[in-house]
Amino acid sequence: MTTRSLESAAPTRERVATPTVWSRIWQNDAPGYLFLLPWLIGFLGLTIGPMVTSLYLSFTDFDLLTSPDWVGASNYMRMFTNDPKFWASMRVTMFFVIFSVPLKLAFALMVAMLLNRGIRGLPLYRALFYLPSLLGASVAIAILWRQIFAGDGLVNKLLAVFDIAGPSWISNPKTSLWTLIILSIWQFGSPMIIFLAGLRQIPQDMYEAASLDGASRWRQFVKITLPLLTPVVFFNAIIQTIEAFKSFTPAFIISGGTGNPINSTLFYTLYLYQEAFAFFRMGYASALAWVLLALVGIFTAISFLSSKYWVHYDE
Amino acid sequence: MSTPIQLRQLVKAYGDIEVIHGIDLTIDPGEFTVFVGPSGCGKSTLLRMIAGLEPITGGDLLIDGERMNDIPAARRGIAMVFQSYALYPHMNVYQNLAFGLETAKTPKPEIKERVQRAAEILQIVPLLQRKPKQLSGGQRQRVAIGRAIVREPRIFLFDEPLSNLDAELRVQMRVEIAKLHNDLGNTMIYVTHDQVEAMTMADKIVVLRSGVIEQAGAPLELYNNPKNLFVAGFIGSPKMNFLTASADGTGLKVAGNTIDVKRAVTGVATMGVRPEHITLAEGSGIKLADIRVDLVENLGGQTVVYATTTDGQPINIVLEGQRPVDLGSTVATHIDPARIHLFDAEGNVIQAG
Repeated sequence: MTTRSLESAAPTRERVATPTVWSRIWQNDAPGYLFLLPWLIGFLGLTIGPMVTSLYLSFTDFDLLTSPDWVGASNYMRMFTNDPKFWASMRVTMFFVIFSVPLKLAFALMVAMLLNRGIRGLPLYRALFYLPSLLGASVAIAILWRQIFAGDGLVNKLLAVFDIAGPSWISNPKTSLWTLIILSIWQFGSPMIIFLAGLRQIPQDMYEAASLDGASRWRQFVKITLPLLTPVVFFNAIIQTIEAFKSFTPAFIISGGTGNPINSTLFYTLYLYQEAFAFFRMGYASALAWVLLALVGIFTAISFLSSKYWVHYDE
Repeated sequence: MSTPIQLRQLVKAYGDIEVIHGIDLTIDPGEFTVFVGPSGCGKSTLLRMIAGLEPITGGDLLIDGERMNDIPAARRGIAMVFQSYALYPHMNVYQNLAFGLETAKTPKPEIKERVQRAAEILQIVPLLQRKPKQLSGGQRQRVAIGRAIVREPRIFLFDEPLSNLDAELRVQMRVEIAKLHNDLGNTMIYVTHDQVEAMTMADKIVVLRSGVIEQAGAPLELYNNPKNLFVAGFIGSPKMNFLTASADGTGLKVAGNTIDVKRAVTGVATMGVRPEHITLAEGSGIKLADIRVDLVENLGGQTVVYATTTDGQPINIVLEGQRPVDLGSTVATHIDPARIHLFDAEGNVIQAG
């Protein structure tokens, strides 16, 4: 009796259920999608759309005024075979990445370790040291930097106290890139905060056990702190590498948008900017952008592949 | 290989707040000493002062007759097993065991031999290539002990080493640590808040409260002759029963009865009787009180009776074997007068006169 009534009821309920399921999903999830909508429009319209467009443009010749002409891979061909400025900008960017990222990370770790020793007023120092990271990429700081390292800038005025006549750091091709590297290191705040959080995760009793074993501070750092911090180092390295590849504003301001002296501060992004907005070679600039994306992708992929040999994940 | 330890008026203060108040203690060579007490009593702090992980504010710490106050931890000849095990997660078991020896620049072949020997003692040879995260709690515990053994220290310190293990494993490791002590013969200090661990493992128990030693002595000494209410209540499980009592010269007034404790007493405020010393059978000892049975737990080997005296004071009884006790019934209890502990208003024991 009960069985039969269940059997007969089941298909009926299913038939009715099909439309109600959809309406229920609509009722339940529509507000969610509605709230998501502004982001979704932005993501599709301002990120995905331009990306796809630029991929198309990278295979064209486009000067913004006339419609793009399909040229196939010739933009890419020219870049790799017949564009010394491309290679110059690549060299500058690589140099910048290779020196600024490790130095910045080392400096950030050093400050984080100093702050981690339980000093008074830690939140204040943390905020103060983080400040440059908020300001660093801004135009104002870049202008300030130009003043500091200029021929009559602050650095040389300080050096003059010791009777040293400093060069104009930013107009000397040997030192100009280093002023940008120093500016980048000065923005150590955000990796420092992450290092600090990572250091806090390392249990104190590991250091106690090590000190009972007679391990010096240096040995504790090398054998305990660094290995246990590798996930954080890995994260910071990837983020900072990508940031460094993308770095633009300081070089633009300090060199007045030229990448001079003698292309010594011609960052890849600066060259890209010149091609796009000085020479209106949008097709070529788009190709440059995609090569940069590929480069960053390759770097990140290599980092991830290598990580299993040096990053220690606990539990 | 056995090393004596002496604490003389040892003091620890953090700023103005003194947490260890002048501790005097002698630990004999090869003795297994257990620091026990409730949390916050200073037992771990005291251990860490001996280890060299906490600076000593005042007094003297002597190890093998040598003043150690200002000697760094690594040079005190001490190995410590931490509550959290403190194993290095990025090193395998072998590397964890070898770390201290490598730090001390011990030759490689000797490291290998000592690690192997320690691993054999603790039966962790098959685990040597594993990382700590691949080990169970008990195995990690063994590795942590192994790390102490390989260094061949003069003194072993244990800071609540079993508190992260489940009950069964805890009993097993308790036995193994006790065996280890018998085999190695080193002086060992063991911190726990678990009085059962203290009773079962210790040669000497040091009961601490609020930074002072309440009593130190052999386990049975503390069980039989607790100096005060705190020790009486802390040592023994289930806890000793405390009944409000008063003495009027002729006898002891407790729970509405006057009982003859066969000794002259004055100034009594509390009477203590251990649950396992109370009997229901008549004729054994003197009558203690009438009680109403509230709850009975049949453990098979024991019967635990939770009851209330006629004047409303809780009292627990542990009876050997399986006893039929009716819930809600009122029964008479008896006790051997020699098993009665009497305390004054300050909680100090009144010695049998």
